[in-house]
Amino acid sequence: MIVTIASGKGGTGKTSLAVNLARTLERTRDTPVQLLDCDVEEPNAHLFLTGTPLGEETINIAVPDFNPDKCDACDKCVDFCQFNALASVGKTPLLFPELCHGCGGCMLVCPQDAIREKDYRIGVVKTARAGSITLKSGCLDIGVSLASTLVHALKERLEDGITTILDAPPGTACQAVATLRGSDFVVLVTEPTPFGLHDLTLAVDTVRALDLRFGVVINRVGVGDDRVQRYCAAEDIPILLEIPDDRRVAEAYSRGELIVDALPDYLAHFAQLWHNIAHHAALEVAA
Amino acid sequence: MKLVFTTTGDNLDALLDPSFGRARNFLLFDLESGTSQVISNQQNLNAAQGAGIQAAQTIVKAGAGALVTGHCGPKAFRVLAAAGVKVYNTDAPTVAEALARYRAGQLTEAAAANVESHWA
Repeated sequence: MIVTIASGKGGTGKTSLAVNLARTLERTRDTPVQLLDCDVEEPNAHLFLTGTPLGEETINIAVPDFNPDKCDACDKCVDFCQFNALASVGKTPLLFPELCHGCGGCMLVCPQDAIREKDYRIGVVKTARAGSITLKSGCLDIGVSLASTLVHALKERLEDGITTILDAPPGTACQAVATLRGSDFVVLVTEPTPFGLHDLTLAVDTVRALDLRFGVVINRVGVGDDRVQRYCAAEDIPILLEIPDDRRVAEAYSRGELIVDALPDYLAHFAQLWHNIAHHAALEVAA
Repeated sequence: MKLVFTTTGDNLDALLDPSFGRARNFLLFDLESGTSQVISNQQNLNAAQGAGIQAAQTIVKAGAGALVTGHCGPKAFRVLAAAGVKVYNTDAPTVAEALARYRAGQLTEAAAANVESHWA
């Protein structure tokens, strides 16, 4: 089962929830878990799930490599490129690899067979092991805009048949959608504030458009009001867990500790969250 | 030689547009004949990326020998350099003033981009 932890608003507690859920599964179910940090522009799950590094894999896209002897400067590739990654100045086109999306269209339209592929690095996937949790983190290189491409590369590296948690990027943009697709269940984390509710509604619209099953976790209950609860009731969205605004949680977080390690009384809450996820995932399959 | 000025208008008295890639118009001025021609850059104003690259190709195709503008980024500069188009940066307020400074030899040819890329 693939469970994705997502949110509209940033900073609501996606990563906290993802790493604590992974640790809870490890401790209560004795099964291997894999966690994929899909927030490739600023991955941070490794700060909380410290473990043994197992390796690092470079992720490349294929960009065009021109053979100037074959190129007759017809500019068909330049005209084809929708990303302005090629420029024509009357001879072999200039390539701006940082704008290329690696679609390969320029190679297909070249009548002279003058284009081959070459690798262009966009980032890495780092793998680490913490107990029976395997953490894979996507890390996009600075200055590269292809976050979704790296998310796809990261998800291609997940092992089938293992309970999987995806820590999604915030928001509802392409990289979040790339993370959400294919999930068996989505947990939307929010906070009980006007901003939390506003961005939650955007996230709900997104997961509904993707036809995914989902529920809500409300974090830091007590800082705001009950507008998120009222919205979920009106929209018939299950609330999977409410985490209180507890100073001890913030203190554990600031030390880089997992909540379920520092505050053992929370283990039962996260175990209940997993139970609720499994329940709602199965429920809606049957329905 | 033909000079290209970036402008928000369509004649020599118009304001010089300090941007290159997303300038409203290009004014192509023929130094020999003294005639000018306006080239719209409308299709680049809302380009998601690569506006400078497209703008550079536009003026290369128009036969420009030099560009007079406020700012030119690294990607546009690379295209212009490959095509042999010289770049002059100026803070002149109008096209006419920029042209006067060019004719007076007060503009120096840029050796590199004078602003950062928008991407990296």
